Amino acid sequence: MDVLPSQVMRLLQLGRPERVLRSQAIWQCVSCQTCSTRCPKSADPAGVIDYVRERALAEDSISPAQQPIVIFQKAFLNNVRRNGRVNELELTARFKTGVFLRTRQTGWLFKDAGLAPQLRKRDRIHFTSERAQDRALVERIFARCSRAAV
Amino acid sequence: MNIGYYPGCALHGTSNEYEQSLRACLGALEVHLQEIKDWICCGATAAHSLNHKLSLALPARNLALAQKEGVQELFAPCPLCSMQLLRVQKEAANEQVRQELSAIVEAEVQSTGQVLNLIQLFQKVGVERLRAAVKAPLSSLSAACYYGCLLTRPPEVVHFDDFEQPTGMETIVTALGAKTVEWNYKTECCGAGLTMAGEDTVLELAHKILSNAAAHGANCVVVACPMCHVNLDMKQAAAERRFGTKLNMVIYYLSDLVGLALGLPAEQLGINRHFVTKA
Repeated sequence: MDVLPSQVMRLLQLGRPERVLRSQAIWQCVSCQTCSTRCPKSADPAGVIDYVRERALAEDSISPAQQPIVIFQKAFLNNVRRNGRVNELELTARFKTGVFLRTRQTGWLFKDAGLAPQLRKRDRIHFTSERAQDRALVERIFARCSRAAV
Repeated sequence: MNIGYYPGCALHGTSNEYEQSLRACLGALEVHLQEIKDWICCGATAAHSLNHKLSLALPARNLALAQKEGVQELFAPCPLCSMQLLRVQKEAANEQVRQELSAIVEAEVQSTGQVLNLIQLFQKVGVERLRAAVKAPLSSLSAACYYGCLLTRPPEVVHFDDFEQPTGMETIVTALGAKTVEWNYKTECCGAGLTMAGEDTVLELAHKILSNAAAHGANCVVVACPMCHVNLDMKQAAAERRFGTKLNMVIYYLSDLVGLALGLPAEQLGINRHFVTKA
């Protein structure tokens, strides 16, 4: 991590959010909640990092090296918005093409491709994925929660 | 016993062998799962990272649906789903937030009702009842019980077990006749949602967790989370390649072990559909 959770808090207290917004750390954070749970001052770095990620996305100040993670999260939410539930094949396809278009590295297209037949053999990939029935409602929930609608 | 059931996307996708395990094991214990009609995704890591309001609204819809069906106890086998449901309940204790969420999801959100993880569900069935039902004691197993992040964290949201040294899973596993090991990584994170986009993190963490379990004499790791299972089982071969080690660690769901001890065949529990099968 280029900026540690304690440093995230300190930089924000010192009024220097730019370094945090552009950091790799906020996207490498796996939200395991360990820092917030163990903080002797009861601060909540994990919650603050969630807030900073939302700001970094809004301000488009995302560290280039961490673009794949952001592309994945965005593809995930778009997927849920369309289907109400996650459609893994569609998510995987959109994520891979999204990262390829951004980075122009073909490696992303074929990464983990070997897992697909192995999952298929174990009956863990399905070509007809489930969707929620009331997808219009899901769309309304998303619209009400997105910034433009507030 | 009837219990409300929110499977979440993983259990209807790549982790459908977890659902098979649950249905086989809970069926044998006469626990009937009432699946919430037309449930939606909880938004997972993507929602709480990119859109806070959405991360509350999506699970709030599911809570409201459960309420509508008269469900008092809702079982969520994925700890992230379950933690997000509990977070909504906590936030909705504030009347203003509750009303706002109800308006967003077009249904009445209540902060009442109990949300259960897999360990709590077995505790509800009763450890003594499990012990009495054992037909095939798991005496050959030395299990490392792995809780990962969100079964115990954040403690002020989930209120489950000791958040640094939990023992709920060990109590169940020993009642099944298995031994458990003391080890260092039971509440460390496996990298969770970074499986696809941040593989380096996942492989490093999985390798640390599995090596530590092995170093403490475990011959299997027990989990209660679909993401932990994917990262430790499906990604194990990649972790072995990356770090040049041979781990060969079998990863069981807690429901697999309960089912095996009840005398169910491994195939019925979906254990043959894991990546690492018996060494």
